Amino acid sequence: MVNAAYAIVALPLAGFVINLLWGRRLGEPLAGWVGTLAATGSFVATLIVWVTMLGRSAPDRVADLNIFTWFPVAGLHANMGLLVDPLSMTMLLFVTGVSSVIHLYSIGYMHRDPGFDRFFIYLNLFLFSMIVLVLGDNFLFSFLGWEGVGFCSYGLVGFWFQRDVAAVAAKKAFVTNRVGDVGFLLAIFLMFAHFGSVNYSTVLGTLAQGHATGLMAGAPGAIAGTTATAITLLLFLGAIGKSAQIPLYIWLPDAMEGPTPISALIHAATMVTAGVYLMARTAPMLHYAHATSWVIACVGAGSAFLAATIACAQDDIKKTLAYSTISQLGYMFLAIGAGDYVDGLFHMLTHAFFKALLFLAAGAVIHALANRQDMKQMGALARFLPVTAVTFAVGWLAISGIPPFAGFWSKDAVLDSAWAMNKGLWAVGAVTAALTAYYMSRQFALVFTGRARWQEGNARSRELGANDEHEEHQSASPGLPAPSDPEEYPRDASWLMTVPLVILAVAAILGGGINFPTWHFDFLSRFLGPMFPTATSVVVSTGTKWALSLVTLAMCLIGLSLGLSTWKTADHPALEPSFLRRAWFFDDAVAATVSGPLRAASAGLAFVLDRRVVDGVVNGIGSALGASGRAARRLQSGYLRAYALGIGIGVVVILAYLSFRTGA
Amino acid sequence: MSVPGAWYLVLAACLFGIGATGLFVRRNILVMYMCIELMLNAVNLTFVTFSRMLNDIGGEDTVFFVLVVAAAEVVVGLGIIVAIYRRRSGATADDISSLKG
Amino acid sequence: MTNLATTQLGIGSAWAVYAVGALFVVGGAFGVVLQRNPVHCALSLVVTIFGIALLFINQGANFLAAVQIIVYGGAIVILFLFVIMLLGVDRKEPRVQQKLRSLTPVAIVVSLVALVELLVLSRVHYWANGATSTTESLSGPGSDVQKLGQTIFTGYLLPFEMTSALLVIAVVAAVVLVRRSTQVQGTSPRKAAPAARPGPRLPEGTPGKPAGLEQAPQPQSTGAKAAEPAAESEQPTGAAR
Repeated sequence: MVNAAYAIVALPLAGFVINLLWGRRLGEPLAGWVGTLAATGSFVATLIVWVTMLGRSAPDRVADLNIFTWFPVAGLHANMGLLVDPLSMTMLLFVTGVSSVIHLYSIGYMHRDPGFDRFFIYLNLFLFSMIVLVLGDNFLFSFLGWEGVGFCSYGLVGFWFQRDVAAVAAKKAFVTNRVGDVGFLLAIFLMFAHFGSVNYSTVLGTLAQGHATGLMAGAPGAIAGTTATAITLLLFLGAIGKSAQIPLYIWLPDAMEGPTPISALIHAATMVTAGVYLMARTAPMLHYAHATSWVIACVGAGSAFLAATIACAQDDIKKTLAYSTISQLGYMFLAIGAGDYVDGLFHMLTHAFFKALLFLAAGAVIHALANRQDMKQMGALARFLPVTAVTFAVGWLAISGIPPFAGFWSKDAVLDSAWAMNKGLWAVGAVTAALTAYYMSRQFALVFTGRARWQEGNARSRELGANDEHEEHQSASPGLPAPSDPEEYPRDASWLMTVPLVILAVAAILGGGINFPTWHFDFLSRFLGPMFPTATSVVVSTGTKWALSLVTLAMCLIGLSLGLSTWKTADHPALEPSFLRRAWFFDDAVAATVSGPLRAASAGLAFVLDRRVVDGVVNGIGSALGASGRAARRLQSGYLRAYALGIGIGVVVILAYLSFRTGA
Repeated sequence: MSVPGAWYLVLAACLFGIGATGLFVRRNILVMYMCIELMLNAVNLTFVTFSRMLNDIGGEDTVFFVLVVAAAEVVVGLGIIVAIYRRRSGATADDISSLKG
Repeated sequence: MTNLATTQLGIGSAWAVYAVGALFVVGGAFGVVLQRNPVHCALSLVVTIFGIALLFINQGANFLAAVQIIVYGGAIVILFLFVIMLLGVDRKEPRVQQKLRSLTPVAIVVSLVALVELLVLSRVHYWANGATSTTESLSGPGSDVQKLGQTIFTGYLLPFEMTSALLVIAVVAAVVLVRRSTQVQGTSPRKAAPAARPGPRLPEGTPGKPAGLEQAPQPQSTGAKAAEPAAESEQPTGAAR
């Protein structure tokens, strides 16, 4: 039943079309249910295909389904086709699964929003694009999905476009993605130039076989080191843009302007992981490009550390989680760079669960508090939002790396590979893990424990140094004053929002079971392993692994307790220096560069080069022609004798030519 | 020995040159026309000379036709000149310059 | 007829005839170019034509010489004289040239250069080489008239017919070009055909007529006369040049 793969793609597309044409008429909540059913149907189809794959032996778990031929042009044969293999199946499972859950959640979250149907149109389109990205069997088709998710991200981040901040954030997201996409496109061109094809099977399949049979450079299945480095570096540039690593991460915190469900879906679980997926796909080529692997690992580790430091000083509940996402994505790239693709994908899987959970829980909090997002204004919500608190706690413990929650297992696997590659990278990863535990605990403490600051009104929050973005985080719906009436106290949301939370919490708890390193629970390794024949096998002894895990666990526990104890009372402004709060002034630096030198350069190009040189040449040609015409016009004097003389001169010239040419 | 053909040819060339110079220099339209006739006569002389030199009667046939055509041309040309002079009497070739670009 | 120069009068006479003919040709040419009065120019043209005819005879093209004198001297130059008299352009052309003063020296230079080049070419590339370098009567039976007639009506028949048609067209064109407007007067002046007698014509400067004729619409080339600005028209007689 591998043909169910068509349904995986078709169902979200159908949902998109139905909502596009009749969404307004269907109205709330029916449009939402259409979208959710489409997503769930896609998940069911994925399950069917997956089970079918499981039934086969390992080498047989690949199927290439062709929808139609897209580009049969002069040597480039790119089809719209689906490649069903363990990697795409793994991705699809959690993409469609988490997506269905979030669709359900959105029905509750977007209640009474005037753009309800538009939201689900975008959501289904996004899911469709993401599926195309994952399932595509060649780089061009995946790029189509890549661009599609970028566009849907733009549409969803700018969902409340009446707010300037949201519109600007949407543009920023799209433009930053585009900067990365240049790399992706250049990589495709290079790939085509070298291999003559952009299909995964052709490009990567031959490389994998070449590795297996030990081909030397120069053989047909081989690739020169420089070419491989170039292609993979350019692809990584695309991944940097999409997955928000240094230096293209600046869009992700601003993208929190969008509704929380999409922060959960797009910016935590699915779109930002597309970069990781891409690098995992090109694993065979990475084998030949060791420089790129180092670059990936360092960028990943750097982003992880940098983002974690910034997250320690954020006041907005969603911004903290955004920087946390950047940090965890750094971990995934660290694993990929170290050659341990399976563990990178494992961390991606668990991250999808607990980060989506954290975002959805944060959304529940925001929803309960009537769209306030400043953590300094929250507190003691555990009493009022029990389900939310419990699920948030599960996510918090998972991301902090506390066993037996999922994050512990995946993070340890990543750190083991980092240790095998470079002790320094491991150190960065370990410190980052501690920081992660710290800021997540800080967040939990600020939101769910301590005093109920939301009851104390605005004056107190100003005293606590609320950041100046507080006002801007009011959404389109009218802000409500601090509730004093118990009737208006925050409450847990309806089942539409809490059921997804519970589902994800369960996944976050049990997710580690997918790939226990021992006791033959390493399902993921066995499922995905054959996909990566070129992966570096981690040669870390079991004793070292245990030691590393214990060290990391100790650091995380320290960070956790530090965060909890410090922030229960929530008045330590000294721990949030401005350079951290302003994200190391990176955004400001970019703005200064763009508005200063870049604008000057653009002005130079536009006014000098374009207007004077180019237009000058073009207009100059015109005026030169006119001038020559005017000059030639003087020959037409109208005087008969002058014309006759002209003829006479012509005769003289011809006779001269005849006189002087050699050979009559 | 009769006169070598080259003498006639040189004479015809000189006549042609004089006619051309007259055409460039004179302003009276009728005199310019007469210079054109000079040039045509030079050509006739050349043709006859070559006809004799090359022993081919075709040259003289051509002279015959040149004569006829010259006559026709004179008729038409003088008609035009008369027509021009009707509008502006005393016009010279330099006054008729309305076809300037 | 055979060549007079080679049979009866001897070789020297050929040179003498050549000298006289050349003298007439060049003298007449200079007369045409240099004289001020157009009538004198026309008469110099007659001298040139006569000289050319002499040279034709010297080369044995007797028929052509006769035709030359009849057609050129007897018709074309007469036509010129008629038009000169008709239009009253026999005033002297002033030596001072108002416009295009610089053309004269340039023109003389151009002509001289052309002439020199022709001579150079004739020497260097031996244009003057042919089967024979002397001019004698053409070989073959019959006089030159016979040969002319035979070739014109056989080999050159098409050009002959075409030139005939050309003549007809020229006559028609002349009539059309010179036709005046419709007819307050009745007969419009006809241009004389080359072989015809000059017909009745009206003098240009008749007072009263230009005014009357100018108001009527002129379909032919004289049509734009009414649009002529009054300032531009000069006196019908004695135009100041």
